[in-house]
Amino acid sequence: MVFSTDKISDPGIDQAGLRKIHYSPSVYVISLPCSSGVKPKWIMHALENGFDGVFIAADGHECSFSSRCAEYTNKIVEVSQQLMKAKNINPKRIRMAALCSVCAEPFANHMENFGKILANLED
Amino acid sequence: MKERIGVYICHCGGNISDYVDVEELSKMFYKEDNIVVSKNVMFVCADSSQKAMIADIQEYKLDAIVVCSCSPKLHLHTFRNVAACAGLNPFNYVQVNIREQCSWPHSDHPHEATVKAAGLIRAGINRVSHSESLENIEIEVKKSALIIGAGVAGMKAAIELARSGNEVFLVEKDYFVGGHIAQKGQLFMSDQEGKDVITSLYHEIKKYPNITLFTGSTIEKVSGSLGSFHIELKVKPRYINPRVDKQTVKSVMDECPIEIDDPFNLGLVKRKVIYKNYPEALPDLPVVDAEALKVFPDFVAKYKSVLNLTEEEQIISLMAGSVLVTTGYDDYLPKEGEFGYKTLENVITLPELNRLMELNPNKLVYGGKEIKSIAFIYCVGSRQSKGENRFCSRQCCTSAIYTSLQLKKKYKDIQAYHIYRDIRTYGKQEVLYEQSSKQGDLYFKYEEKEMPVIEREGKSLIVKIKDYLTARKQLEIETDMVVLVTGMMPRKDALQISELFKIPVGSDRFFNEIHPKLKPVETVIKGVYIAGACQGPKNITESVQSSLAATSKIIALLKKGSFSADPIIARIDMDACSWCDKCAEVCDYSALKMIEMNGKMVAGVNKAMCAGCGICAPVCPENAIEIAQYTDKEIEAMIDGFLAKLEINEKEGGSDSTPKESAIRMEEYPQVWKEILAVMKDGKYTIPQIAENSKLNSELVTYHLMTMNKYGIVVPDGMDDKEMYYYYKENEDSH
Ligand SMILES: Cc1cc2nc3c(=O)[nH]c(=O)nc-3n(C[C@H](O)[C@H](O)[C@H](O)COP(=O)(O)OP(=O)(O)OC[C@H]3O[C@@H](n4cnc5c(N)ncnc54)[C@H](O)[C@@H]3O)c2cc1C
Ligand code: SF4
Ligand code: SF4
Repeated sequence: MVFSTDKISDPGIDQAGLRKIHYSPSVYVISLPCSSGVKPKWIMHALENGFDGVFIAADGHECSFSSRCAEYTNKIVEVSQQLMKAKNINPKRIRMAALCSVCAEPFANHMENFGKILANLED
Repeated sequence: MKERIGVYICHCGGNISDYVDVEELSKMFYKEDNIVVSKNVMFVCADSSQKAMIADIQEYKLDAIVVCSCSPKLHLHTFRNVAACAGLNPFNYVQVNIREQCSWPHSDHPHEATVKAAGLIRAGINRVSHSESLENIEIEVKKSALIIGAGVAGMKAAIELARSGNEVFLVEKDYFVGGHIAQKGQLFMSDQEGKDVITSLYHEIKKYPNITLFTGSTIEKVSGSLGSFHIELKVKPRYINPRVDKQTVKSVMDECPIEIDDPFNLGLVKRKVIYKNYPEALPDLPVVDAEALKVFPDFVAKYKSVLNLTEEEQIISLMAGSVLVTTGYDDYLPKEGEFGYKTLENVITLPELNRLMELNPNKLVYGGKEIKSIAFIYCVGSRQSKGENRFCSRQCCTSAIYTSLQLKKKYKDIQAYHIYRDIRTYGKQEVLYEQSSKQGDLYFKYEEKEMPVIEREGKSLIVKIKDYLTARKQLEIETDMVVLVTGMMPRKDALQISELFKIPVGSDRFFNEIHPKLKPVETVIKGVYIAGACQGPKNITESVQSSLAATSKIIALLKKGSFSADPIIARIDMDACSWCDKCAEVCDYSALKMIEMNGKMVAGVNKAMCAGCGICAPVCPENAIEIAQYTDKEIEAMIDGFLAKLEINEKEGGSDSTPKESAIRMEEYPQVWKEILAVMKDGKYTIPQIAENSKLNSELVTYHLMTMNKYGIVVPDGMDDKEMYYYYKENEDSH
């Protein structure tokens, strides 16, 4: 499960498709206005109901909403990891990386690496 | 919950249906209770499909639609319009991206692509079931604009805004208008005097009764938002009676007993404390430094009809629909000892030399001695790889070289040495560099890691450099004067404006636009624009260009009289909120304020100010905040949709579903085809040419052209000269 952003990382993910760069078909994306708007509650919902991992394709420094976006998104990951620990979910099941609007290959690479990590987790 | 949903799944002429079994999917969803219409369509964006969709919505009384095709970046507004035309609320429509995020990246696994598409569509249906009808937020916009800073950028903007009938408040901190230009003497590229440019702009401004100019004024308080900013202005008095005739004022100025270092002339001369920046400075009314004159009560008493030292500061309230910030820049001021500044005699800055030249029309004299040679040291205070000014100031190279041309013209016998890091006389300014080389100026190149060193030897200054133009040879240049070519800096007081209006500043500390290329004068604060050198180093042409760009944006906004804001903003669950302030802390837009609701303190959202970023939502400990269209219900229902286990039969031999009929009628063409055909009208073109002329992404053109080829709408027509690309032309027979 991937959270992307309307203006920055989702166009990057679209680019991967446009250029027919393949990644796993078990990747599903929800696009939001800003990566700092992901609620830990949603992340838990995904992990508790069947997703192996959650990836936040963050805006980082490119965010047009807030110069502190990276810090806020980080905080969301931290809070989620606390919740995950409490439910015995491996904190490695959440990951975040900044992705730009032309980051097609980086996105596919992230999906491949994250997929490998998730496959090896036993929790 | 929506009960009558329409689902439209697009083939995209094969771009989707070659890999995703769209027919199977539309059959599958049709079986569900709340789905009234489920269709697979060759091109959903075609005119004929849009019309059919409108008819369906009306005929079957659909209460929501889901369009499963390409990325929402392409057609979100197309289908919102379709919904609106059919009388359905545009926000009861959801776009599902089964092309860029499904059929294309998973073209290697058609069955898995179909399974994923099913999950994506299921999620879209779930989301739309929870969707709410939303109305745009209409905000009334006052027909007035506030411009902060009367430099060339602000003055030009004031004229244009007034010309189109708006009320304009032009606020200048200094007592005289013009900003840096007034100080400059002759200007590069136009050879006009800076003060003449300002004089003509000022007279133009005076023609418009709808411009109110406030000088000696600063913004003290700001509240409100786009449409009606409430501004509190502090206007300092001039302490002089404006009704007294000019001759009398002049004689009082002449008789004034006190002189101080003249800041306008950068301390090179003294001026009276009843003063104008320069004789022609405007508005044409001197200013009195009341504090300084208080120690001369006799003088003040003698001229009490002219001097009015008891005049008080005024606080004025204004209301503006929009705000333009044109507060300009500061000159970089070298630190004491930087290249000998303030520690060695005859080391001055470029702006100081420019003033010195204005004050010395015939002979260049400094410290009582005529100057016959000048060494310019470039990039002082700019491009500091370790300092705080990492940017290039862009104007200093041209300005130094232009000054050197002026020196030769004005004083004939003078030698210039240019000690530079890189010469950046970009664009048309390059000719000045050529002229300077031709007139005998000498150029030397240094690198930041080996900075020039300046020492005094007897009456001369010696500049020691490692010259990169002569294999890093150690050279010594003897000169009468060293001029530090200083750059442009963000204004020291810019933070005050940034805080009042919440305009973000970049890592370079200049004001930040939303996007340097696509939204170059807009800020993230709705209704607040920036232009001129407050955005970063710019010359006059560039400052005025940005100022006119901002002006046209503001004119459009004020002309309409209202602003229709997206309803996708934050809202607070008043029962859950306990006003802990956490959300307000992270909101960069000051959209969240404490309000009282039924005797309880809760967070209130200012609808005009909220940008809908959603940053406040995860920080609320009570989960009291939701963003419209991104509610917990909608997002969690989407996640459930992705995970729904849907049974999909694998087609024998993959899912090659090449459509049976190959004839497509014109009204069934998708919009992109029309754009492609429009540029192919009169001849044959390669894919890169079509992409270039249509401004479409070349990969997108490739896919569509292949599909158009498949349906016989275009045909190949030989290869280009380099045998790299095929030419394509429209197929006459397809009509
Ligand atoms: C050495 C040098 C030489 C140059 N020579 C040339 C040249 O020959 N030709 C050329 O095209 N360009 C030249 N430039 C560039 C030129 O100076 C700028 O492009 C131009 O001044 C920018 O205009 P502006 O209106 O944006 O800013 P400014 O000229 O800085 O004007 C800003 C105005 O806003 C006012 N202000 C600031 N803050 C506030 C506030 N809070 N409230 C109210 N008012 C405020 C200031 O007092 C000022 O009047 C030169 C630059 C340098 C550094
Ligand atoms: S963070 Fe939540 S509880 Fe606190 S003030 Fe904001 S909305 Fe209310
Ligand atoms: S959504 Fe963004 S702009 Fe709106 S109130 Fe929340 S933090 Fe502020």
